[in-house]
Amino acid sequence: MTDTFRSRDERWLLPEGIEELLPDQAERLERLRRDLLDLFSSWGYRLVITPIIEHLDSLLVGTGSDLELQTFKLTDQVTGRSLGVRADMTPQVARIDAHRLKSAAPTRLCYVGPVLHTRPEGFARTRSPYQVGAELYGHGGIESDVEILQLMVETLGVAGLRGLHLDFGHVGVFRGLALEAGLKEDQEQELFEALQRKARSEITELLRVFDIDTAYQDMLLALIELNGGGEVLNQAREAFRDAGHTVHAALDNLENIATLVDKRIPSIAPCFDLAELRGYYYQTGVVFAAFVPGYGQEIARGGRYDDIGKVFGTARPATGFSTDLETLILLGPQRAHEVRAILAPNEDDATLNETVAKLRRQGERVCYALPGHSGSAQDMGCDRVLERRDGRWIINKLG
Amino acid sequence: MADTLTIAVSKGRIFKDALPLLAATGVVPQDDPATSRKLILDTNVAAIKLVLIRASDVPTYVAYGAADVGIAGKDVLMEYEGNGIYEPLDLNIARCRLMLAGPPRARTADTRLRIATKYVHTTRRYFAEQGKQVEIIKLYGSMELAPLVKLADLIVDLVDTGNTLRANGLEPLEHIADISSRLIVNKASMKMKHGVVKSFVQRMGEAVQHGQA
Repeated sequence: MTDTFRSRDERWLLPEGIEELLPDQAERLERLRRDLLDLFSSWGYRLVITPIIEHLDSLLVGTGSDLELQTFKLTDQVTGRSLGVRADMTPQVARIDAHRLKSAAPTRLCYVGPVLHTRPEGFARTRSPYQVGAELYGHGGIESDVEILQLMVETLGVAGLRGLHLDFGHVGVFRGLALEAGLKEDQEQELFEALQRKARSEITELLRVFDIDTAYQDMLLALIELNGGGEVLNQAREAFRDAGHTVHAALDNLENIATLVDKRIPSIAPCFDLAELRGYYYQTGVVFAAFVPGYGQEIARGGRYDDIGKVFGTARPATGFSTDLETLILLGPQRAHEVRAILAPNEDDATLNETVAKLRRQGERVCYALPGHSGSAQDMGCDRVLERRDGRWIINKLG
Repeated sequence: MADTLTIAVSKGRIFKDALPLLAATGVVPQDDPATSRKLILDTNVAAIKLVLIRASDVPTYVAYGAADVGIAGKDVLMEYEGNGIYEPLDLNIARCRLMLAGPPRARTADTRLRIATKYVHTTRRYFAEQGKQVEIIKLYGSMELAPLVKLADLIVDLVDTGNTLRANGLEPLEHIADISSRLIVNKASMKMKHGVVKSFVQRMGEAVQHGQA
């Protein structure tokens, strides 16, 4: 059935992948949003608010074609130029750092807000994830990668998620091997795509057709087995013995990060997967993702993407992470709805109004009864009532 | 929960061909799906369960993590557009070919061909790579009928022996892909249940090698 035939009775239907939050969920999301912004602020990450639409060419800077397909487009009726609805806030924040702030010192920025995707992907399979993230510009060392990682772990902790699993990769390994093996751009892309599926038989076939040095065939094929705990790095050293500088620099980088993670986030045992390259087309170094038990997809991801701001005027090292608030509240502890209100009578009494104002200042939720309303106090979410006794207003529990 | 393993597999030929491989890894289902109506089969290993679903649903179950691993035909995987799954192992079972077929002297004129198939994406890709635009008619079964009743000019379908084609006066025209079943793995399971999943993939790999030797 097509939309044209939708009856008038179905006007309440939302587009596919678009959701709305009812009060309980909305309250949880907003609570988490505030807690996270407070957390980011206490780490020195300052909030930026990015536009919902931008010129398409500035939204898509330095990213692959994935993001272009994911972006809703429209035409600016004023200028005739193409506009895009943001599908990812990272390039926007990079633009702010590179073009507006132009600082020489490290810059810490965070952002939160809904983004729109043409097709549902990953996360909660929504087309409108509520993206939240933090970015650190201006430092290329592992200390900033690990700081972002720590902040990601804290973020998931604030959301109440337990049993975190962190998975690391590094785009330098595959990129180095592909370069040294002399793969052409379309070959690299084809191989990359098969590598993301660890499709052994396809990869073997592709490598055979590409007709590259057998040593590099073996090394590229070895990538799909290089996943697991800390032992993976040693296995990689062994497998890539004859590879060039880029590959070994990447492994050094991963090893140093792992050592620092051990010190700073001892509760987490990092795992590695050298064939897993999220955001390969704009990442430039370490990439990482977080998983929790019982959820079949990653819940947060991040990594290094140096020089993304180059086209905006400043090429700077950059590292960051992002996640989706709606996924976090879906997976976090489903606290029973605790906040109950006090029902106050609708009377013109100065002491009553004063009492209500005072309770509200103390953080209580107080609603006035409305004359002739239907339904009970409980129906309105109240578990207590304000009642006059001996000329004073006191709170009585209901039921 | 960290040690459990749920395997999604479709009833019929794939299930039958997968049984010896599973048995070689020490996994034997406790019920026979031919006689039982159960959709979740216990195995001799308490932590391992099989879920029986439609072949085309296997990638979906695995991508969402409803099953940790699955056994799916390459035809189904080529058609599945999402990501989130690994396909680390070719099981070399349920082998057949995906073919373009039609009546002998089929119309290959300049007009836009109508192709009946279950494999919409794969067919579109195949013709696009040849620089041809075709009209695709999605059918769910009995493809061979479509050219006979002039619903379509040609069909794209799995061909095993080719008997069904010949019985309906059709013949294979072009070979599109070799098909066999793959072991697929949910990405998160590969990480969260690394030990269990990786050793299962390894044992299945050994079973496949052994079967071929």
